[in-house]
Amino acid sequence: MTDITKGAMAPPRSFLSQDAVQLFYRLLAAFLICAVLAVLSDSFLSLGNILNVLRQASLTFFIASGLTLVVLTAGLDLSVGANVALSACLAGTVIHTTGSPALGILTGLACGGLVGLINGVMVTALRIPSFIATYGMLWVLNGLTYWYMAGETLHGFPAGFRQIGSGYLFGLPIPVYLLLVFLGIGTFFAQRTVWGQEIYAIGANPVAARLSGIPVARRLLLVYAVSGTMAGLASIIFLSRLNSAEADIGESLTLPAIAAVLIGGTSLFGGVGTVFGTFIGALILTLVLNGMNLLAVSANWQPLVTGVIVILAVWLDMKTRRRAQ
Amino acid sequence: MSDALPIEVTSPTPLLELRGISKEFPGVKALDDVSFAVYPGEVHMLLGENGAGKSSLMKVLCGAYRADAGEFYYKGEKVAINSTADAQKLGIAVIFQEFSLVPHLDIAQNIFLGREPKGRIPGTIDRRRILADARRVLDTIGFDIDPATTVDKLGVAQQQMVEIAKAISQNARILVMDEPTAALSDRETELLFALIARLKADGVSIVYISHRMAEVFALGDRITVLRDGRRIDGVRPADVTPDQLVRMMVGRNVDMTYPRHFADKPGEVLLQVKGLSAPTGISDINIEVRRGEIVGLCGLVGSGRSEVARAIFGADPVTSGEIIFDGKSISGEPDLAARRGIALIPESRKSEGLALLRSVSDNLVVSALKKLFPSGLFDQRSAQRTADGLIRQLRIATPSARQTVGLLSGGNQQKVVIGKWLAAGSKLFIFDEPTRGIDIGAKSEIFALIDRLVADGAAALMISSEQVEICHVCDRAYVMREGRIAGHLTRNELTEENIVRLGMHHA
Repeated sequence: MTDITKGAMAPPRSFLSQDAVQLFYRLLAAFLICAVLAVLSDSFLSLGNILNVLRQASLTFFIASGLTLVVLTAGLDLSVGANVALSACLAGTVIHTTGSPALGILTGLACGGLVGLINGVMVTALRIPSFIATYGMLWVLNGLTYWYMAGETLHGFPAGFRQIGSGYLFGLPIPVYLLLVFLGIGTFFAQRTVWGQEIYAIGANPVAARLSGIPVARRLLLVYAVSGTMAGLASIIFLSRLNSAEADIGESLTLPAIAAVLIGGTSLFGGVGTVFGTFIGALILTLVLNGMNLLAVSANWQPLVTGVIVILAVWLDMKTRRRAQ
Repeated sequence: MSDALPIEVTSPTPLLELRGISKEFPGVKALDDVSFAVYPGEVHMLLGENGAGKSSLMKVLCGAYRADAGEFYYKGEKVAINSTADAQKLGIAVIFQEFSLVPHLDIAQNIFLGREPKGRIPGTIDRRRILADARRVLDTIGFDIDPATTVDKLGVAQQQMVEIAKAISQNARILVMDEPTAALSDRETELLFALIARLKADGVSIVYISHRMAEVFALGDRITVLRDGRRIDGVRPADVTPDQLVRMMVGRNVDMTYPRHFADKPGEVLLQVKGLSAPTGISDINIEVRRGEIVGLCGLVGSGRSEVARAIFGADPVTSGEIIFDGKSISGEPDLAARRGIALIPESRKSEGLALLRSVSDNLVVSALKKLFPSGLFDQRSAQRTADGLIRQLRIATPSARQTVGLLSGGNQQKVVIGKWLAAGSKLFIFDEPTRGIDIGAKSEIFALIDRLVADGAAALMISSEQVEICHVCDRAYVMREGRIAGHLTRNELTEENIVRLGMHHA
């Protein structure tokens, strides 16, 4: 053989794709957590609790799924929680004043999407690092929401609207159906569309992506707009489930969403990860918090445990990846 | 093949001797029983194709890798090199191709990084002394520059000098240089060679890795050839011909002249650049490329060749002028140029040409996604089939289309970059240093490929610092100087002398 075969002598690589291996470990972890909780707590396997876990996970997932796309491009969207708050408050106001849930839902989605689009413009046209652009946006949105709500709480929405977040269909909470729908759409978009492939390529090497003829700026705009729109969707479900809206409802949402993305195996350096992984990440996060509640562990420990899981997950990913290379 | 030890010695004991060094990685024997000796004040050329084991040997030398087997002797005494600190103590320093300088610090700070002279107040640095010390070190290598200049203001050649100064300041006695002239202009190369002569005279030994035959004979006192992790031979330049060396490196005969089938008559005009100027420093560029042609773009490094390529591709903004491609005016981002049929094979393929962590398949189809999947729906299996086809067509050596592209050799990576544009159906291929860091065997394959492309009606604009290559494969060439086209050479005028004459600065 000739000299050119030397590239073939590189260390052998597993036949399963890297993504598949990572997902397998995550599913395994989720099952192990379930098994442990089932042994430790009688109420864990009750139907009510399982449905509750799924519903909780779905709320985190909606925000985290859009965020996953942003992180795949090596960006970050810190404004999602604040975006949920503003979108929920605007949507709530529209429903109250017009009495039309449909208009309210449109308002929430539009507000979320518009905020995302502005994030995208800051990142592409103004070339502000996404971390900083969306961090600034977080403050701007918080400011707007607090000013707009002026300490008020919106309360009481039509029963039909409340079904979205609290209703059941064939024994399953409606958010769980929405979760499955968006898990399917997200996975399809990322894996089976040209745009999805281009997003992975951008995250893996933005310079090479641009010089390969990918319209990087347009795809980034899309990604941030999608992230914002998913925050808008989450705002509707929150509004419907809580049956109220306050200026501060988004404050505890961003960091768990980022945790779900990271636990799910999406790399902050871009180009690696899946929407399905983020779903498992949201599930693991919810399971652990749920288990702690069931075992009557003080809620004060929850942030610490979340932090440890995130670090552990990312560390294990880096280890397996390094071995693969 | 001769014995492991050199034929004739210049000094009774070698400064450093490696005996029977082996290093294995999972699935690869990177070094297999390699013995190698460096004598004081000699330039020892290390030759071999990519993947022959040069980098591994270099990393073992500097302590970055630990050898699995083998012994080290320093001035005849057995020593161990288990860490970079061990290597440093023995006076071994490596100048890698990618420099390890901190761009925002000045030259003096970089030279003494981590060993700064302490100031009177604890925790501070004695600024005056560090500058004076740096000045002294720079003087010993004859580099006349203000040590307070920050490194990011320096060109590649100057940064290299700083690296050398840093090594010298650490009392390096053995300097390992990895293709030091790869990014240098001819003039800078001359300066480097003068410095090497000076270091030799001071008794510093130099282990010099090169792909350029001319350098090997101009500089080398001895030559060690590696192939497939084994030491093939150790020879003196006077005792071999370039052809013999090539045979040792590749283990077979390689045609040193590149295959090229010149067309009798060039085709229609594909690219016409009229009065193009850009903020990147190029002005009034006029270029024409016809179908079936390979047109060279020569000149010194920094004369604006890459900038012209990037401007045509839309990668950099332009201020004035017109680019007409296939009869229509074109301006905008690279995605537009790519869609119209222009391909750019950039100079740094690792940072600009490939997503190194993605698969061969992902990289091969990335520019053709729209073409392969007009509906917008992506299909992994169909992408893989396209990739498999290209892998066969271009003879890319990879275990499968799913292999991570970063694990391929330089030549195969370059084929992947070209392959992605074949998949996209490009008509004009702009090559920026297409053979940089590629071994000889792969080089002629790349040129054969370019020849086939233009024979099929495509066109190529080729930037290269290897004037021999330009002269062998190009139909004609433009020569650049200081951001402008300094002249045009037809096939008959295309000689190395003419390229150099047109490209030289006239001070």
